Amino acid sequence: MQISAKITLLLTPLLLAVAYTTFAERKIIGYMQIRIGPNRVGPRGFLQPIADALKLLTKEVIVPTNANRYLFLTAPVLAIAPSLAAWAVVPFDDGMAIADINAGLLYILALTSLGVYGIIVAGWASNSRYALLGSLRSAAQIISYEIAMGFALVGVIMAAGSLNLGEIVEAQRGSVYHWFLLPLLPLFLVYFISGVAETNRAPFDVAEGESEIVAGFHVEYSGMAFAVFFLAEYANMILISALTALLFLGGWLSPLEGLLPQAAFALPVIGWVLDGGIHWFLAKTAFFLFLFLWFRATFPRYRYDQIMRLGWKVLIPVTIVWLFLEGVAVAFGLGPWFA
Amino acid sequence: MTVEEILFYAMSTVLVGAAVAVITVRNPVHAALALVLAFFATAFHWVMLEAEFLGILLVLVYVGAVMVLFLFVVMMLDINVARMREGFARFLPVGLVVAVGMMGLMAMVVGAGVFRIPGPERAAADHSNTAALGHLLYTEYVYPFEIAAVILLVAIIAAIVLTLRRRPGTLHLDPGRQARVRRNERVRMVKMHSEKQ
Repeated sequence: MQISAKITLLLTPLLLAVAYTTFAERKIIGYMQIRIGPNRVGPRGFLQPIADALKLLTKEVIVPTNANRYLFLTAPVLAIAPSLAAWAVVPFDDGMAIADINAGLLYILALTSLGVYGIIVAGWASNSRYALLGSLRSAAQIISYEIAMGFALVGVIMAAGSLNLGEIVEAQRGSVYHWFLLPLLPLFLVYFISGVAETNRAPFDVAEGESEIVAGFHVEYSGMAFAVFFLAEYANMILISALTALLFLGGWLSPLEGLLPQAAFALPVIGWVLDGGIHWFLAKTAFFLFLFLWFRATFPRYRYDQIMRLGWKVLIPVTIVWLFLEGVAVAFGLGPWFA
Repeated sequence: MTVEEILFYAMSTVLVGAAVAVITVRNPVHAALALVLAFFATAFHWVMLEAEFLGILLVLVYVGAVMVLFLFVVMMLDINVARMREGFARFLPVGLVVAVGMMGLMAMVVGAGVFRIPGPERAAADHSNTAALGHLLYTEYVYPFEIAAVILLVAIIAAIVLTLRRRPGTLHLDPGRQARVRRNERVRMVKMHSEKQ
């Protein structure tokens, strides 16, 4: 019973966050393009995601003729299940995770690599050329960027000496300079770029590519089945943001730690804010989530062959070179990170 | 029955069902997806055996990478199922002989004394399967491990060499040349007065 309570406590805010990320996306991109964005439903448009959800819930789910009915309806489930299940091992604060398992990072890597099945199956089961093209692009892209992502994570594991997410965060304790952001800067960039590519977000959203292949893999979907794909995509975006915060920016650790005198943390309310905690973790996650939206407003879509080139010929060599350098640094105990 | 036994039998049923589906369903994409399910059920068994590292790795490597490429290929193929069915009756006796032989071999291995040992004691909750495996790989089995790594590297290089060939007539663009392009090579500015109507 306790575990169901924990899951509810995690999933309810997560799904709310997903709903309001769509709202934030429309607002932020709106302001970046000097317009207001949705502002009709509720005060300043704040009930827009609720209205959207109601609209999608009441719409008909149309199964195209000659589509593979079972797989067509299973595909959204295959897309969302891994993106929610991966949250099981994410620690929000010291020990605040549903399952604090030893191979946590590996578990997340395994589950995020499963999300591609939803896209592939959706594209194939729709019996549509655009959908099939979208899913083929997506499959190739996710396989390619998973390698760079995995290598970047190997760097984190080498620095932290553990696969447990909590221990990885604890290994960054000290001050801002102890975070893995500095010693692993290239890996951090590679990880975040691969994360954007893995979630099929702009500028790597060729799987949807609305200007070339209509809407890619979900062109035939409507109503709630369509919404579930977007739920999965946004949940994955939040997950990648949270992981980047955990692995490279010290998760729930406070950036002021080690810089302010100890007395500052003993103050009644201010001390709690200054000290590490879930609020820092959420702030860092929100920052990376904002980057996702910013990218979409700023960058034009990559061409497909350029995506492949970036993945295989730029990101993977960068990670391999940095892993060698990091190996040397670990061997010589380069302080303060590898001491 | 304990919860573990219930889970074991439930997942074993799924595993056997999925494995049967792999070879019986007509559609190759369905077969590949059934194989994915079989891998998943196997990973579940490994996790129940407290080999969580291997279980997760099975999902990561086979389900997350190998089977995606499999699906990728199978989706592109236009396989004529009816023609594939033709040989079924003809090959059935041979298949049966092989199946019975395999079963016999398995029975010999499992039935022999090797597996008649008490199960290992349950590890403590803080036991790290991953660390234990890494320790063993890099101490006791370091040479087999390194040799396997070299063989894999050879396979990777061989695969690249086999497919690396310059085909004439491809529309390949050199990214370096693309990036070096200057405006005045491509655009010509023309000054002209607006024409009167």
